[in-house]
Amino acid sequence: AFFWLVSLLLSSLIWFIAVKASDPRDEPLQKGLLIFGVMFSVLLQEAFRFLYYKLLRKAIEGLVALSEDGCSPISIQQMAYVAGVGFGLMSGAFSMINLLADALGPGTVGIHGDSQLYFLTSAFMTMVLIFLHTFWGILFFHGCEHQRWWEIMAVVVMHLAVSGSTFCNPLYVGSLVPSYLLMAAAAAWAYLLSGGSAHNLRRFLLCKS
Amino acid sequence: MITFMNNSDSEEEPCNERTSLMSAESPPVPSYQDGLQASAAGEAQAHRKRRAGSSRSPNNIADGEMSDSGVPVRESVLENEEEELTLKYGAKHVIMLFVPVTLCMIVVVATIKSVRFYTEKNGQLIYTPFSEDTPSVGQRLLNSVLNTIIMISVIIVMTVFLVLLYKYRCYKFIHGWLILSSLMLLFLFTYIYLGEVLKTYNVAMDYPTLFLIIWNFGAVGMICIHWKGPLQLQQAYLIMISALMALVFIKYLPEWSAWVILGAISIYDLMAVLCPKGPLRMLVETAQERNEPIFPALIYSSAMMWTVGMAKPDTAARGMRQQTRDAAEDERENRRSPSHMDSQISERRSPVPTRPVTSLEELEEEERGVKLGLGDFIFYSVLVGKAAATASGDWNTTLACFVAILIGLCLTLLLLAVFKKALPALPISITFGLVFYFSTDNLVRPFMDTLASHQLYI
Repeated sequence: AFFWLVSLLLSSLIWFIAVKASDPRDEPLQKGLLIFGVMFSVLLQEAFRFLYYKLLRKAIEGLVALSEDGCSPISIQQMAYVAGVGFGLMSGAFSMINLLADALGPGTVGIHGDSQLYFLTSAFMTMVLIFLHTFWGILFFHGCEHQRWWEIMAVVVMHLAVSGSTFCNPLYVGSLVPSYLLMAAAAAWAYLLSGGSAHNLRRFLLCKS
Repeated sequence: MITFMNNSDSEEEPCNERTSLMSAESPPVPSYQDGLQASAAGEAQAHRKRRAGSSRSPNNIADGEMSDSGVPVRESVLENEEEELTLKYGAKHVIMLFVPVTLCMIVVVATIKSVRFYTEKNGQLIYTPFSEDTPSVGQRLLNSVLNTIIMISVIIVMTVFLVLLYKYRCYKFIHGWLILSSLMLLFLFTYIYLGEVLKTYNVAMDYPTLFLIIWNFGAVGMICIHWKGPLQLQQAYLIMISALMALVFIKYLPEWSAWVILGAISIYDLMAVLCPKGPLRMLVETAQERNEPIFPALIYSSAMMWTVGMAKPDTAARGMRQQTRDAAEDERENRRSPSHMDSQISERRSPVPTRPVTSLEELEEEERGVKLGLGDFIFYSVLVGKAAATASGDWNTTLACFVAILIGLCLTLLLLAVFKKALPALPISITFGLVFYFSTDNLVRPFMDTLASHQLYI
């Protein structure tokens, strides 16, 4: 969560500087800057995820060195999951919390002609992002562990795609549907990477021991 | 990760209570250790055991349940195993500290957000005489710096006074001082707080009921904090007291002064604990020499609240360290000495009375808790509360400060495990908190607001 926060800080710093340095009345430029800011932020988030991976790797090596039987008490997969959850929670919290606070107060949704589903779609979008961050964490770490760069690239591309799709808002079909599809794909992929399989899934669902 | 408290495995353990963040035990522990400590410690332990029954340790009840981390650690065990245990249980202690700090912050933020009283400006403390209502920026800055200087010097004076009192064994004075302060905190501030909360929610309450509630709350609090009580109740009271104090600060410190004071306090904390002539370090060393635990009352312990008293008079004094008479001074005291964390072993003594003196090894098994000074709680909460009160970005800023402070706490604990001596807990967390507050408020907020208005997600 802290790493995500730092990445957010840096990306907003860049955006802020860019905005201040540019003409505030120029609409398309502002929009362009915003898009640039978003993409840059995504890349920075992934960079920080990588940095976090490096840090955790060192930590695991330390733990392994210290333990007597050569295995660390927490595995890299667990760390990947936790890292993903941390990123997701922070990202979700930052997206939603002001909305939630405002939702408590008096007001009408979309009174100026915006979509009336603002709160709902924000909620769904946040949820899908949190899940996605979790899965991306697993995929990313797995890719780093096994030196499969295409997995890492896939994560980055997916992230860019999801953020990019939100540019379609308020045409929610364009953003929510692809995001959910991507989430399903990422979920399946992460599940398979973590050692799951259709067989396991069936056993779980049928409550076999 | 690798941040934990080491198990105490050496004989010196019992006497090494330091208010600062310390992992007391291991033999490689620096400056305060010397060989004599070992035997002295052994005796101290024996003493403690004998007196455990009559000591003023409030947490006898808690002790029984509390201590064990489960795995016996013997001196003879390989250092690796000890370290691994340290790692495993140290992480538990980090979490054990996270919970109270989080709770305190939650209480403060919830109050700030709902009760308007604490964000209204109704005057200032006498410790910050310069007003910030001046028209020019320079003047305002100057006033806030002057306020800070006054505040910090008051704190320094109080701390030095306290150290002197402790050095010259004026325990009764300290005792009385603390009792008066905690009385005031528990009764007066709670009364005001309750009054404001009731006002906010428009709940009517008659005076007899109010009296009953406040009387019970205060009396139980006094007993829990200064004498014996269940560990969790004691922890709860300490959290509430810290929250109340933080709220007072948030209300009565003018804006810029508050931020400058926070920064200055971290620097002071750093110097007071680490410099050889710093008052807090002298305090620690004096307590070491006397084989007494340092100020248990002003410290929040995740494992054991009270360290066992040694000699009767000492325990009395020990018990006291809760507050000084004046509420504001109180803070000072709280902040000063307890601005550090302590990993301690004192737990041992509690279940002890019947154990043979020789089984030092067994003693070491019991888990030591991490100790964090109440002043740290207060200042963390002040930072987060101020962020909640004054930031226009509202919740994002608060959340960012919260995460920053917790990460700072983690790092401090990590350093504790590495350095194994008293460390100040304020500087890292407050620095992170301040950096994140200002950057989130000014940089991140416009970005997030723009994103939210276009409903873009990053």
